[in-house]
Amino acid sequence: MTSSHKLMGTLERSSIAGPPAPNPGAAAGRAQPKLKISQLNFFYGAYQALHEVELEIAANRITALIGPSGCGKSTFLRVLNRMHETVRGARVSGEVLLDNEDALAMDVSQLRRRVGMVFQKPNPFPKSIFDNVAYGLRVNGTTRGAHLKEAVEHSLRRAALWDEVKDKLHKSAYALSGGQQQRLCIARGLAVDPEVLLLDEPSSALDPIATAKIEELVFHLKENCTIVIVTHNMQQAARIADDTGFFLLGKLIEFAKTETIFKNPAKKETEDYITGRFG
Amino acid sequence: MTLHRWRNFINAVMFGLTAACALAVVCVLFWILGFLLWNGGKSLNWAFFTQLPKPPGEMGGGMANAILGSAQIVCIASLMGIPIGFLGGIYLAEFGMGTFPFLVRYTADLLNGVPSIVMGLFAYAIVVRPMHQFSALAGGVALSVILIPTTIRTTEQFLRAVPQTLREGALALGANKWKAIATVVVPAAVRGVATGMILGIARIAGESAPLLFTSFGNQYWSRSLGQPTASLPVMIFTYAISPYDDWHREAWAAGLVLLAVMLLLNISARLVLSPGAPRN
Repeated sequence: MTSSHKLMGTLERSSIAGPPAPNPGAAAGRAQPKLKISQLNFFYGAYQALHEVELEIAANRITALIGPSGCGKSTFLRVLNRMHETVRGARVSGEVLLDNEDALAMDVSQLRRRVGMVFQKPNPFPKSIFDNVAYGLRVNGTTRGAHLKEAVEHSLRRAALWDEVKDKLHKSAYALSGGQQQRLCIARGLAVDPEVLLLDEPSSALDPIATAKIEELVFHLKENCTIVIVTHNMQQAARIADDTGFFLLGKLIEFAKTETIFKNPAKKETEDYITGRFG
Repeated sequence: MTLHRWRNFINAVMFGLTAACALAVVCVLFWILGFLLWNGGKSLNWAFFTQLPKPPGEMGGGMANAILGSAQIVCIASLMGIPIGFLGGIYLAEFGMGTFPFLVRYTADLLNGVPSIVMGLFAYAIVVRPMHQFSALAGGVALSVILIPTTIRTTEQFLRAVPQTLREGALALGANKWKAIATVVVPAAVRGVATGMILGIARIAGESAPLLFTSFGNQYWSRSLGQPTASLPVMIFTYAISPYDDWHREAWAAGLVLLAVMLLLNISARLVLSPGAPRN
């Protein structure tokens, strides 16, 4: 960590440099954000879970969202592909733009096809490995055999699972280990070729080796995909994320390049959390 | 020390009491089974499955028409009851919030407790009276009204047991709600749902009261579903209260056949639910 000063010199610090940064979310903002979130408020019934969140997520980068339990980071993630709509009493106000299109107004199936999601616990369907990966394609109307096979193989390769399952594609997905199941879920998400992939603590239920595999795989995915990952694990954020946002009590406290957040946070709350003083 | 012995004594007494009650249940069950096997077995022969009933006084004959009749009535009941119960159960499990679903759920539970003969009365009023005739159709309607509430509730229960994460997984891939239900939720619950249906069918197959004044009975083959139709449970009732020894023997045989069908349905339900059964 002695090189931190040298690193700092190369960091972009556009808006956190100006002392009272009114909009922490724009810190890492570059030319055309993949996702632009403004004035986002979120309510479960009368309880407000998110307050005025402003954030620009850049394309082909990995954005990590960190913060203590219950800070709203998972809620925020679920708003991005509107999974919150499955919860009764959930209400959202504000704006979410996906490539300048209003994500909150577009057809929800269309949105979820473009913005995929991987969940905390592996949730393969009680189907074969092949049918799991093919599910999204079939739902979206691709049923031609040859094309389907090709797409399934491609997705499994992208998820670094192909070599482990290529001989048992028609076995139940439940026969796989937890780590393999999670990579299968990533492959399933990749099969529909999403522009953005949301990962909600994807390795919290996995052992360190499986976690390392997931991290490596996610790291390579950003070539074709924009990644937003919620994690409890700060080391994980530090290892793989380009940008990191820190949530506390439903507010986005700080958003910047990962090095900045971890080595030179602008806000005291961020520093306290990073250094383990709470949370 | 005495307290310790007293506690041990109570422990032994309670163990003995519970074991004795359990034994009593098993004894009664085996008594009934043995009785049925003994008396039914003596009277059961090939003619029972192939011949029509003989008039009183003549020996022999069978209940071929009642076996077919029971099958017809149960089929009609299943064709009406299973789809309605199944789809209703999906509604309750997947869309069921608010007052209307609460009302449906409550009504289903209430219907479950209504004596089956009342269902017979209902079918009599809405089918037999307008058609001016007893019929297999009316019997089927009566039994389907018994089948619907159990199917609705078991379907709902097994669908609710499917983890929410599976639904979310399907929705997150761009499936709409119905697609997620049809392709992920129902397949995940299909074994439990099927078991519930089989047990429901087994239950209605043994019902006699609702058939007494709906399908009525028939000593001959019924030429259509719109005619009075014989069924095994009603045959047992008619034959058992008759004064003829030969008819009593036939009733025992019918009881045994009904029991065998129940056993078969129950075993198949267990096979469907067992972890060894093939899963998709």
